[in-house]
This record gives sequence, C-alpha cells and structure tokens, in this order.
Amino acid sequence: MPSLTSITAILLAGILTNNMVLSKFLGICPFLGVSKKVNTAFSMSIAVTLVMVIASAVTWPIYNYLLYPNFTYLETIVFILVIAAIVQLIEIFLKKYIKPLYEALGIYLPLITTNCAVLGITMLNIQNELTYIESLFNALAAGLGFMLSMVLFAGIRKKLEAADVPEFLKGLPITLIAAALVALSFSGFSGIGG
Amino acid sequence: MDIILPVIIVSVIGLIVGLGLSLASKFMAVPTDEKEEKIKECLPGANCGSCGFSGCDGYAAAIASGDAQPDLCAPGGTATAQKLSELLGVQVSTEPKKAFIACAGAPEITTAKYAYSGMMSCKAANLVHLGPMECEYGCIGFGDCAAVCPFGAITVTNGRPIVCMDKCVGCSKCVGACPKSLISLKAENIPTLIKCSNKSKGAAVAKACKVSCIACKMCEKVCEKGAIKVEDNLAQIDYSLCDGCGKCKEACKRNVIV
Repeated sequence: MPSLTSITAILLAGILTNNMVLSKFLGICPFLGVSKKVNTAFSMSIAVTLVMVIASAVTWPIYNYLLYPNFTYLETIVFILVIAAIVQLIEIFLKKYIKPLYEALGIYLPLITTNCAVLGITMLNIQNELTYIESLFNALAAGLGFMLSMVLFAGIRKKLEAADVPEFLKGLPITLIAAALVALSFSGFSGIGG
Repeated sequence: MDIILPVIIVSVIGLIVGLGLSLASKFMAVPTDEKEEKIKECLPGANCGSCGFSGCDGYAAAIASGDAQPDLCAPGGTATAQKLSELLGVQVSTEPKKAFIACAGAPEITTAKYAYSGMMSCKAANLVHLGPMECEYGCIGFGDCAAVCPFGAITVTNGRPIVCMDKCVGCSKCVGACPKSLISLKAENIPTLIKCSNKSKGAAVAKACKVSCIACKMCEKVCEKGAIKVEDNLAQIDYSLCDGCGKCKEACKRNVIV
C-alpha cells in the first residue's frame, strides 16, 4: 500500500502541476471541441475520468505480466486495442443499465476511444514505474485535472462569447489564446506537492 | 523467430477483446423497436426539437408508442407526414401550417403610449411598460419574429410584420420569439381568422387601436353555426363548427376578422 503522502502527492500533481491538458498538452481535441458549454464539458470529463481509471486498471497488469520485459515495444498497439474495447464495453453497459447517463454522454463516449489523454495516462503510469494502486490514483487525478481544466475553460468560453473580440480573432484564434493563458497560469502551480 | 510470439500475443488479446465485446453486445443487447427504427428513417434527422420532443429519436419513440401524432415535424413538412402516415397506416392531415400573427397593429392605426428610443427589439421594449403602444396585447413591430425566421419569410414594413406565405415553412421559430405570444401556426386554408389579441374592455380597446376587437358580439349574433364566441372580451372561433361563410367578416365593423 502506498502511503497517504504519496497518494496526496500523486493527486496534487495530476490535478494541478502535471495537468493532462494544460501542462502535458494531451487531450486538446476534446478540450477545444467539447468545452462550449459547462454541462457538456462536465459530462465529457466524467466519462474520460471513468475510462482513464478502468483503462489503467486493465493495462497495468497487461503490461507488467504479459509484455514486460520482452515485448515492451507492443505497449502502444496493445493499449490502443484495449482502450477501444473498454470504451465499447462501457458504452454497451451504460446503454443497458444506466440509460440516462448513456443519453447524457451521447457522442462523447465513443469519442474517448481516440482521446490521447487516456492513452497518455496509461503509458505515463508505466513510464513512471508506479505501482498498481498508485497508477489507479494517478488516472483518477488525471481525470479530475482534465475535468478542472474543461470546466474552467468552458466558463471562460462563455465569457468570451459575450466579449467584444476583434474581427480577426473571432472563433478559434481567441479560444487558442485563452487556452494558452490558462496553461500559462497553471504553470504557476509547478513545484507544489513535489 | 522473434516475430511469432508478439504476433500471437497481440492476436490473442484482440481475440479475447473481440469475443468479450460480441458476448457483451449479445447479453446486454437493448431491444430496439423495429417500428421506431423505420420511423426514424422517415424523419429528417435535424434534431431541431420543433415537434416538442428531445430530438428525432425522442419523437420517433413517441410516435412508435402512440403518444404523438405523426404530423408534428415542421422541417419535414408534408412529405414526412405523408411518409409516416403510409408507414403507420393512419390518416393525418397534411395541410401545411403557416405562421399567423394575431394583431393588425401598426404605428398609424395604434395609439402610441410613449416615445421609445431604446434597443430595437420587441423583447426589450416589452420590458418598458409592456411596450410603447397603448395596446398592451399588440404587436410592438420591431421584428423579433423577422430576425429569428431562418427562411426570411417575415418582413417588417412600416412597423408591421408580414408573413410571406410562400416562404413560410411553419417551423414555429417565430412563435417563441414574440414577447406578446401573437404568433401561432394555422393551416393555410382556414377561412376565418381573428386578427386581434386584445382582451381589455371595449372602450379602452377602441381608444388604443383602430383595428381591434371591442367585444361588440356582432359576429357572434350573425354566425349561424354558433362557431364564433366572445370570451374574455375577444372573439374566438371554434374551427370544428366554422364553415367559412364569411358573414362575420361583413358584420365586423372594426375589420378584425380576415
């Protein structure tokens, strides 16, 4: 069992200092695509968090018991395969048992299949040589960090809609500038929690 | 042969995953209604929500379970309604519906209450003492309905919105845009319409607008079918009884019935 301190450090790092979107620049596609409304941003992040944790739970044993040490180069292809299957499985499961959640997530669930943040976190777990429990918490932290940045940014975009933006910056340009500023402000967290 | 083992590993993982998924989709399959699927194919799939349901899927489910009529789809119009009625074997009225503005008001016939110089939007003007017109039920004339119409079917000329029947598809966007709730969708071939929505007492109405229902009940008396009734100081037509004889139009001294 990892100590409480190390888990706190992992959570802090995942949410603030090593934020998936704003520090590692993974999962930028949903960050820009699904952050128009706070509600959808929140639903999407919940789905991503769920998939991240389950994907970490499955890929860690696959890597450590099956691929390590001879076939580590198969990591990417096997992980993609497994993540895609997990997303499909979750979709089928939700459709059957939790219909309202399935309808609320809608198109975002299958979109996660190609979300590089999910692949990213499973590979980071391996790269940082985390234990099984640690990697689960790392995935949870990454998901929560993703949620934080998504919801924050959705709020900012709402403000942007009302703002008087110069013609040549309207739309994606100003969104990207805003994203850069948010990322810059998140760099202020570096150093917290080791 | 170093290549064989990795290939086997990836194939086995793929096989297990594939088997798992196909088993899952079999055991956790959600039975879909065939009727619903067919109805869905007939709908335009725009998910506009003008039928009052959450989208085309929601509407299809409602039709399949018999909770909704198949003629509610505005973008699909007559063609969709016909397709659906063939599919379901029921008769639906496929008469296209058009926007009707129940007010004849315009600056030259409606008395002004005050000079308004704010934002040129009906919704904004309506917040200031229910609009700059003396008639608090009537058209404000800044054209919120025209602005919201995606087909350019409503034009405002001289402070009065006019619906172009050829362009209107009955999407009902304008219905929600009017702060006075003056717009409704009516079948194009309806013979009689009341072009006033004022529910105040006669004398006040007469002062406020030249073309207005003062609840004199002349139309009620002249109607042989008993289709027209004055309720809440406003003439209202029961279309199940009206045969379109047009006597009320002649009887109305204030040109409200068109």
